[in-house]
Amino acid sequence: MTELQTVDLPTTIPKHKKSLLSEVAARTAGKSNIEMCIQCGTCGGSCPSAADMDHTPRAIFALLKAGVRDEALRSNTPWMCVSCYYCTVRCPQDIHITDVMYTLKNIAVEEKIYTDSTAPDFSKTFINMVENYGRSFEVGLAGIHNLKHFIGRLPGMTPMVIGMLTKKGMPITPPKRIKGMAQLKKILKRAKELEAV
Amino acid sequence: MTKNNEEPRIGVYVCHCGTNIAGVVDVENVATWAKEKLGTQGVVVSRDYKFMCSSLGQELIEKDIKEHNLNRIVVAACSPHLHEKTFRTATSNGGLNPFMCEMVSIREQVSWVHTDKVIATEKAKSMISGGVARIVHHEPLQPMSVPIHPATLVVGGGISGIQAALEIADAGYPVHLVEREPSIGGHMAQFDKTFPTLDCSACILTPKMVEAGNHPNINLYTWSEVEKVDGYVGNFVATIRKKARKIVEADCTGCGICQEKCPKKVIDDVFEAGLGYRKAVYTPFPQAVPNYPVIDVENCTYFEKGTCKVCEKFCPTNAIDFEQEDELISIEIGNIILATGYDLFDARKVSNYGYGRLANVFTSLEFERLTNASGPTGGEIVLRDGKTVPKSVGVIHCVGSRDKNYNEYCSSICCMQSLKFAHLVHERSGAEVYNFYIDIRTPGKGYDEFYLRLVEEGTNFIRGKVAEVSDTARNSEEEGKLIVQVEDTLVGKQRRIPVDMIVLSAALEPRADAKEVGKLFGISCSANGWLIERHPKLDPVATMTEGIYIAGCAQGPKDIPSSVAQGAAAAARVIGKIQKKEIELEPIRASVIEEKCSGCRICNNLCPFNAILFHEDRMVSEINPALCQGCGTCVAACPAGAIIGTGFSNEQVLSQIEGLLMLNIEAAATD
Amino acid sequence: MSDYIFYPGCAMESSARAYDISLKAISKTLGIGIKDVDDWNCCGATEYLSISATPAYALIARNLALASRQVNGSNTVMASCSACYLNLTKADHNMAVDPKFGIKINQALEAGGLSYQPGALEIKHILDIMVNDIGLEKIKSKVKRPLEGLRVAPYLGCMVPRPDYASRFSDAEQPVELDMLLESLGAEVVDFPLRTACCGGHMTQISPDTAFDLINRLVKAADDQQADLMVTACPMCQMNLDAFQGEMNHHFKTNFKMPILFFTQLVGLAFGYEASELGFGLELVSAKSALSKLGMKAPESDSAAKVKKPPKGELPMPAPLPKMPRSAEKEATQ
Ligand SMILES: Cc1cc2nc3c(=O)[nH]c(=O)nc-3n(C[C@H](O)[C@H](O)[C@H](O)COP(=O)(O)OP(=O)(O)OC[C@H]3O[C@@H](n4cnc5c(N)ncnc54)[C@H](O)[C@@H]3O)c2cc1C
Ligand code: SF4
Ligand code: SF4
Ligand code: SF4
Ligand code: SF4
Repeated sequence: MTELQTVDLPTTIPKHKKSLLSEVAARTAGKSNIEMCIQCGTCGGSCPSAADMDHTPRAIFALLKAGVRDEALRSNTPWMCVSCYYCTVRCPQDIHITDVMYTLKNIAVEEKIYTDSTAPDFSKTFINMVENYGRSFEVGLAGIHNLKHFIGRLPGMTPMVIGMLTKKGMPITPPKRIKGMAQLKKILKRAKELEAV
Repeated sequence: MTKNNEEPRIGVYVCHCGTNIAGVVDVENVATWAKEKLGTQGVVVSRDYKFMCSSLGQELIEKDIKEHNLNRIVVAACSPHLHEKTFRTATSNGGLNPFMCEMVSIREQVSWVHTDKVIATEKAKSMISGGVARIVHHEPLQPMSVPIHPATLVVGGGISGIQAALEIADAGYPVHLVEREPSIGGHMAQFDKTFPTLDCSACILTPKMVEAGNHPNINLYTWSEVEKVDGYVGNFVATIRKKARKIVEADCTGCGICQEKCPKKVIDDVFEAGLGYRKAVYTPFPQAVPNYPVIDVENCTYFEKGTCKVCEKFCPTNAIDFEQEDELISIEIGNIILATGYDLFDARKVSNYGYGRLANVFTSLEFERLTNASGPTGGEIVLRDGKTVPKSVGVIHCVGSRDKNYNEYCSSICCMQSLKFAHLVHERSGAEVYNFYIDIRTPGKGYDEFYLRLVEEGTNFIRGKVAEVSDTARNSEEEGKLIVQVEDTLVGKQRRIPVDMIVLSAALEPRADAKEVGKLFGISCSANGWLIERHPKLDPVATMTEGIYIAGCAQGPKDIPSSVAQGAAAAARVIGKIQKKEIELEPIRASVIEEKCSGCRICNNLCPFNAILFHEDRMVSEINPALCQGCGTCVAACPAGAIIGTGFSNEQVLSQIEGLLMLNIEAAATD
Repeated sequence: MSDYIFYPGCAMESSARAYDISLKAISKTLGIGIKDVDDWNCCGATEYLSISATPAYALIARNLALASRQVNGSNTVMASCSACYLNLTKADHNMAVDPKFGIKINQALEAGGLSYQPGALEIKHILDIMVNDIGLEKIKSKVKRPLEGLRVAPYLGCMVPRPDYASRFSDAEQPVELDMLLESLGAEVVDFPLRTACCGGHMTQISPDTAFDLINRLVKAADDQQADLMVTACPMCQMNLDAFQGEMNHHFKTNFKMPILFFTQLVGLAFGYEASELGFGLELVSAKSALSKLGMKAPESDSAAKVKKPPKGELPMPAPLPKMPRSAEKEATQ
């Protein structure tokens, strides 16, 4: 049996209630419309990963509205999101759900409050590569990541890996750096500063 | 100094409207200011008062007129739409001509649209200054009256149109009822049972249809449409196109042999909602009123290929006439009621629900036909194969409603209609029923009781807007089924529920041609497309155009009781008008100053109401005050400045502008 | 000859070489010029957006800025990978609808001496260009070897049809463009209900069980429809369904052998190119036996045989919405 999760609901309307919702809205590029959620569940019904999430996207929005910050940010929900955008196109309130999921991940990474590090680590490994080469590199990425998180899986993967390298002829050496690497680094550095303010 | 050399003595009244105005505008300050600064213009009294429209407020005006010998009144309050009449009456009760009163809107145009109190107060002053400058040039006007034609045109023969027509006809006045389809009855004729009492729809509707069909005061035009409307309240002229039925009504006995023999079967998209067939010559249903058929020339083999005429061969009275042409009929009427109803939302647009792709997904109207004893299955609830009885049925609420991708509004009847469906399934097949809803909306007499009855019947209510319906099975339990994927939001888990049949409770939408119909009758549609009433609360069946009323679903989604109530309400309004025999019109009219008219005739063809005639002998134009609507087109167009509009003379308008510009609001704001 | 600025994306150089090779081949037949965005960088896929928004968008926007410098006549940027296509559109869209955000991204670009004016480029997926710019008529006229006998499941995945920004060219759930393209090549196109379902994205790396489930649904549905192969328009979809099909089979103890190809490879075949010129053989689940059916009249297939479908029949069905590309639909309603 799965244990019921207890959620510490604030008994009074918390002071940061408004700020949590508006913080998420403000950090989401474009117009999130997140305050318009009517709790209909279209998102939770549409989500291909719902079974593996500890809260449905709808429940996450309820938590955000109620100001239950920790519970919302610690949830694996945004990390299980596969960016299929089904919820976004079906939401009757035009809420940019997938983009809000990205924002929640951003905040969780910033505050280091995710529960399982598999997904954040994968993303970080990926961007490390991009920040150093300007390009991504699937073989290296999968190798590093799986060594770290799915050691047990590697034998099962072997036929595929061999296929990838031989049949598909995927390169095993890192890609050539882009010419404008210095330029890209400058841009990213400035972007990170801008994100912080 | 005014025209008749009378010294203006003006009373200014500034209304608080509770806090509606006083919350933003410093009304006391405005009143004192008006007395001080506008005294030179003739203001002798200036007051502020909590509610000017109250009887005490009105008495204030009356008393001041007598005591201070006022001859002009300016009321700064809400919009003239609301209370111009009130204050004109007060002015008249005080002994003045009612048109010596001018309203200045400092609520709609000031307090409701500004938050900065300083600016708002200054703007209110400016507007009053404009009003005062204008009223100096007012002159007493005499209201005009025109006779009202006693006949009424009702467009749309659904339940609300039928109700309106019967009420007026019973009161003894003639009605022309125009219906586009071959029979009256509207959507209600398609249903088997009606919520919440579940009485048989035909049993309660047919008597009314027959009564409307036989009523000596009702002229029924079916298979007809209004093509043109001229004139104005009391005196409209409408042109009706009576489409060729290809059947001579006088000869047809309604025996139905032609329909029986006609070899051409057509899917009936209207009455059978696409779920059944009719012939090329048809009456939509057995109880149709009138009972003579029409030939649908788009599908008739004879009109397509030039041969057939089977119906003609078999018709015992020779009533078929392939040469029959459309007829144009012109009628005179005093008032018009639009009761054109609604269209059902096209559920194919929600591609994730699979309508049009998955055979056993039905729309609500299809389901109505499925349950109807005279429908394509004789009332059996079966799957699209025509025989399998479903063991489980899912009813999806809010399809195309409450959804920014389609329609934002709630269609208001579909919760009840979905509950009705659940009940019918229980009653007829004992199948398991799942109702998928966001909120259950059952406000209405006996409505929530009906909901509880369905809870008791064991309906599975699942709170969640359905994400998708598919036939892609993931396990053996799902094979051969339609799978509803939904978040059960009360549990917080995604569920997949396999069922045999899905019913989509589709939204009620404005008629596809609502905009054109509105334009034809000179009224407008809301952003959602429904015809707009004069006031959403206080005047729900009148429109902004005098003499045009709306009733039923044409105004917005509603159930049968409300549609009937609106039909009756519109009728009552019309009967009241007819009984007055005359209608008072605003004496705001244009007139030509003969001496100035050069005879250029520019104005003649510009008038949208054809109110201008030209005297060839004297070479001058003249305006017929009964036809003129005071729109002002000719006033602006006349190159000689020979046309004046009463109530809107150049003097009045220009001095109002001057008055408005007296204050420098910007300077006040930066202070 | 129309020229396109091409944003290939990282996968075209590794896992999706077949896509690249076949695209270059057919573009010769179609007479379109392809010029890469000079010194483009990775779009960050879904990963950078997960970590930090501003740098993620700045990363994407560098490509937009570089591409906008290359505008010469046509301002269309062609993308082949659906994630790249989405990211480029997304950055352009969000910079436009949220001007404050647009300014922020430009401030970042400025550090590298670049700038991008949202709306300056038209970003299109290859499929959009093929169906709406080149047109099915022209494509049909180039077919030398109709793909008769092949039963194909058209699979588009998530990020081509969604989200439904105004600039999107197809329906968000049941688009018809890929179907119509394949039909114009003479293939038999199955009505594949999961045409825009999710391939699992990066879940193969994060939560393999989740990914296997999604891959299984897709491959099973195509197999249920007795498709000989599936075609995709995205390197990620192709990789997940192809490279992980074996592991998925292992996980579920199934034995699917569904070849997964790029749609450009089928276009190339129909245009008369040899399989070897189109990157065939690079797929892990071999397409050889499926292709051997080419030109053979397929046996009357009965899709009802394999899966139990709800019965159809007596009562009339509503007519389906007319099948036309979204662009034509838009014109028709104007
Ligand atoms: C599936 C379903 C089930 C329902 N069940 C119930 C129920 O059980 N109980 C209940 O109270 N309500 C029910 N309703 C609501 C009910 O249908 C409406 O309240 C009612 O029909 C409204 O009547 P109406 O006369 O306003 O419009 P309609 O019934 O739409 O009638 C309008 C008429 O005007 C005609 N017309 C339209 N345009 C023109 C034109 N330009 N010129 C001439 N004629 C025109 C049409 O042909 C039609 O005959 C249900 C609705 C639906 C969709
Ligand atoms: S679909 Fe939209 S409105 Fe509905 S619960 Fe999800 S976010 Fe809220
Ligand atoms: S975009 Fe993410 S949250 Fe939304 S349905 Fe897809 S996986 Fe679920
Ligand atoms: S002419 Fe023939 S097809 Fe036409 S209505 Fe008569 S019987 Fe039917
Ligand atoms: S009445 Fe009920 S089903 Fe209809 S739109 Fe409103 S909430 Fe939805």
